Amino acid sequence: MFELPSGAEIQGIIATLKASVGFFIPEIYLSVLFMLLIVIDLVAKGRKNNLLAITTLVGLAGSTLFIFQQHSLPPGELFFGMYVLDEFALFFKYFFVLSGIIAVIVTMVDEQFDREVKSMGEYYALIVAMVIGMIMMASSADLLMIFLSMELVSFTGYILAGYFKRNARSSEAALKYLVYGAVSSGLMVYGFSLIYGITAQTNLIKISHELAAHGSDSLVMIFASLLVLAGFGYKIGAVPFHFWSPDVYEGSPTPITAYLSVASKAAGFALLIRFFYIAIPHGGLAVENKLGLDWVTLLIILSVSSMIYGNVVALWQKNVKRLLAYSSIAHAGYLLLGIIVMNNQATLLYLLSYFLMNFGAFYVVILIANKTGSENLEDYRGLGIKMPLAGAALTVFLISLVGLPPTVGFIGKLYIFSALLSKGSLYIGIALVGIMTSVISLYYYMLIPLNMFLRESKRPDDKSMTLAVAPQIFMTALMILTLVFGIFFAPLSDFANYSSAMFGMTLPLH
Amino acid sequence: MLSLIVFLPIIAGLVILAVPSSQKQIIRIVSLLAALAQGVLAVLIWKGYNPALPGITAGPGGSPLGSFQFVEKVPWISLHLGGFGSLNIEYFLGVDGISVTMVILTALVSAIGVLSSWTIQKQVKGYFILYNLLASAMMGCFVALDFFLFYVFWEIMLLPMYFLIGIWGGPNREYAAIKFFLYTLFGSVFMLLVMIALYFSVLDPVTGNHTFSLVAMATQSNYIKDAILGPDNVMWRYVAFIVLFIGFAIKVPMFPFHTWLPDAHVEAPTPISVILAGVLLKLGTYGMIRINFPLFPEVFHASMYVIGIFGAINIIYGALCALAQQDLKKMVAYSSISHMGYVLLGLSAGNSEGMVGALYQMFNHGTITAMLFLLVGVIYDRAHTRQIDKFGGLASYMPVYAAVVTVAWFASLGLPGLSGFISEALVFVGAFSSPTTRYIAMVSVLGIVFGAAYLLWSLQRMFLGTRKADAAYDLQIGTDGHEHIHFHDWKGKIDLDGRELAMLVPLLLITLFLGIYPMPVLGMLTSSINKLVQVLSPVVMSQM
Repeated sequence: MFELPSGAEIQGIIATLKASVGFFIPEIYLSVLFMLLIVIDLVAKGRKNNLLAITTLVGLAGSTLFIFQQHSLPPGELFFGMYVLDEFALFFKYFFVLSGIIAVIVTMVDEQFDREVKSMGEYYALIVAMVIGMIMMASSADLLMIFLSMELVSFTGYILAGYFKRNARSSEAALKYLVYGAVSSGLMVYGFSLIYGITAQTNLIKISHELAAHGSDSLVMIFASLLVLAGFGYKIGAVPFHFWSPDVYEGSPTPITAYLSVASKAAGFALLIRFFYIAIPHGGLAVENKLGLDWVTLLIILSVSSMIYGNVVALWQKNVKRLLAYSSIAHAGYLLLGIIVMNNQATLLYLLSYFLMNFGAFYVVILIANKTGSENLEDYRGLGIKMPLAGAALTVFLISLVGLPPTVGFIGKLYIFSALLSKGSLYIGIALVGIMTSVISLYYYMLIPLNMFLRESKRPDDKSMTLAVAPQIFMTALMILTLVFGIFFAPLSDFANYSSAMFGMTLPLH
Repeated sequence: MLSLIVFLPIIAGLVILAVPSSQKQIIRIVSLLAALAQGVLAVLIWKGYNPALPGITAGPGGSPLGSFQFVEKVPWISLHLGGFGSLNIEYFLGVDGISVTMVILTALVSAIGVLSSWTIQKQVKGYFILYNLLASAMMGCFVALDFFLFYVFWEIMLLPMYFLIGIWGGPNREYAAIKFFLYTLFGSVFMLLVMIALYFSVLDPVTGNHTFSLVAMATQSNYIKDAILGPDNVMWRYVAFIVLFIGFAIKVPMFPFHTWLPDAHVEAPTPISVILAGVLLKLGTYGMIRINFPLFPEVFHASMYVIGIFGAINIIYGALCALAQQDLKKMVAYSSISHMGYVLLGLSAGNSEGMVGALYQMFNHGTITAMLFLLVGVIYDRAHTRQIDKFGGLASYMPVYAAVVTVAWFASLGLPGLSGFISEALVFVGAFSSPTTRYIAMVSVLGIVFGAAYLLWSLQRMFLGTRKADAAYDLQIGTDGHEHIHFHDWKGKIDLDGRELAMLVPLLLITLFLGIYPMPVLGMLTSSINKLVQVLSPVVMSQM
């Protein structure tokens, strides 16, 4: 079946590879950083200092330079259609590198690491590995590549979730994450095999050509879409693939919770958008759909159930991390709204706003946990008076998560709902669900400021609650950004608009 | 000018942020200075306002100039969007007769609120920062002419209010604060959807872009015919009108969305009650006049009857509830509901008399109810209770207080010679002359009777007669041989002190003056209201 390639063909392959490598520099750079971190860890073993963390920070920051250079490159396919470079991928490269940087910063202030682990060893290397995996997720254009990059992210995620080895909850989180991850990626691969069975292609663009040329059985197609969605849905934490997330978010080290809830979720969205928009575009092809169902219908179901479930179940949470876990399920629902109306700009803008406010919220949660040793709602009583700045910052982030002006979260919601209503009255029903659930969300988000400001602490005030200067500055910076981008959001919007272009997109995006 | 009056309190808030929290007096003085400066600006705006210009819709050539005054219009956000054309949001402020009266009211009530906040001892710094934020947002709402800007100000009000009730409130404050927050947010999120839908339905006649400008939205010819809220989509226009109306009605508050108000008032500290009743409630009816009615005139015309009925329910139901209250503050809160019913009734008449009456009633209710809540606060500070039957015979021991209360109470029930009378009379004149609301007006007159009943009855129980056995105060024979009143742990002056008089006397004078000579306010209103009535009239609509 396989013929040996001729000499000329081999020459051609080598030439393609050589050409492609030039488009792959950030990934190569990050891989070198990953290995460098392992070496540094070996050399500097036993010395407890911030060497690793600072190397990671500098290294990750340096990578933005290489990513920036890629803006001048033409969008296109690399490595025989395995990988693409386009504005969409570039957006996520920045997004993940910044997430990595913030994850490191957040880790540096978290005092729980001092108590739980002796050496930070491979921790930072794993964060970098996850950045690489997520960047590749956002750039994959082939079913095989999608699977590989997703597994890279998942495996690093499993280890990071269980990084507090002696902590039972952390180990439980890792195990749950692993079990659910294994099942859902199994389902996803089954979905891929069905698609390969229909089209005999693994490249997303070629799949769409095949589907356009020959059509497909709508029943098989919807089944395949559903199976693939199981994989993506697990990554984005949407109902009904969300079962892992509350336990994992609660049990994991908080920086990892923040990292998973922002970056890993965004990576899932990047994949989901690219897969569905490129491989099985909606509405543009003359394929007869006997069922009247397609992936948009599935996403609507996912989105509506995520918004309702996430926001309603969060009402009863007593642990702040768990509460934010349910809120992240709900936010996955809002993000899906942007995908349903095929508006990349709104989705990307929402991701940016989510990045700011969610990292901000988790950062303050860590700072508070450093002082109180607890993430229970009950222990937040009276904290607003003892640490007013942290209280104000957390309130701003939570208000932003609700989606009230003048915060960046409001802009995200504004764009999502504008995208829905720009379709006329078609999606008003879903918009209403989104609006109503965000009213519900106000109640549980406000439980935190309620405990911080409205209730008196039950415990005696013997401990000093003053925060160090550096974390205060970082927290204030995040808070100001959340507010400033809520009023002057043009740069975010422009960036999201620029980034909405995808290589191989056959339909106009809106 | 308008930017300054809007953002002055926020600037004061930032200054306060830099003041150490132990310097309570400096914090208070900074707030007071900002409020006084706001007052000066309000007076300047009042002086510079030309009552001949109508407002409501755009002037000649589609420009707001020549119709609105003190206009400030700069592009705020102008974006080319991938998905949905371009996004244009303007920082667009301006006043017409409707808003200029509210601006003056807001400046007045804000300043009184600062004075009334002098007694707040708990976390003074945080209190005044939030208070100033609230004051800015309220003022912003009244002068914003861009729907987006209006919405931002509208939502910014919620959070400070939540904390002001929640931290500085009474025993049941958590419940009251979150109830207020959820109710108003529930109303405003629908406003967000309508706002977006309107944006996609309206084109600015000058630039040809979609716009959030309320001025452009008020002209029906700017609507795209087949857009979601365009003239062809009758069903969605009704839906949009109803949800917007509910959003504003929650703020008014209109029956059956009123239940947050008594809770919020009872728990809120006195200055916040004053702000809430004096300004915030007006935002509901202001929103109706500025946004709801001119944008959907045909729906307004079809629903005048319904609005009138709700107004009547508010008047009578509010008065009956007030009659049943033991808590003086709760009684005043329900009286607010009743009085805001007159505003709704006046609006539903749809003619100049009714609308002018409604607007005038908004202004008068702001001043009178502020006075009522201040007076409730005075007695609560001294006796730590507001139960009406814990008092009796107060008139003999606190004569000044009793006198002020009597005037305020009479103003509230609409005694001729006081401002409340004129506005209520105008509302009824309007409602009677409109055939749609004539019978509703007849029923609503009952409200005046009930109103007189609860006000006079409470006056009688608290101030006349003699001390009851379980009263909240003791009587002592003083050195001069007369009986003196004594409150437990109250060190201050028994009767009204200087600060309290400084708050009450201006309000009292305004009430008296506007009761005798209402033209300063009515004069500013008339041309705008005439224009509004013209916009709302079916003749204009048939011409579109």
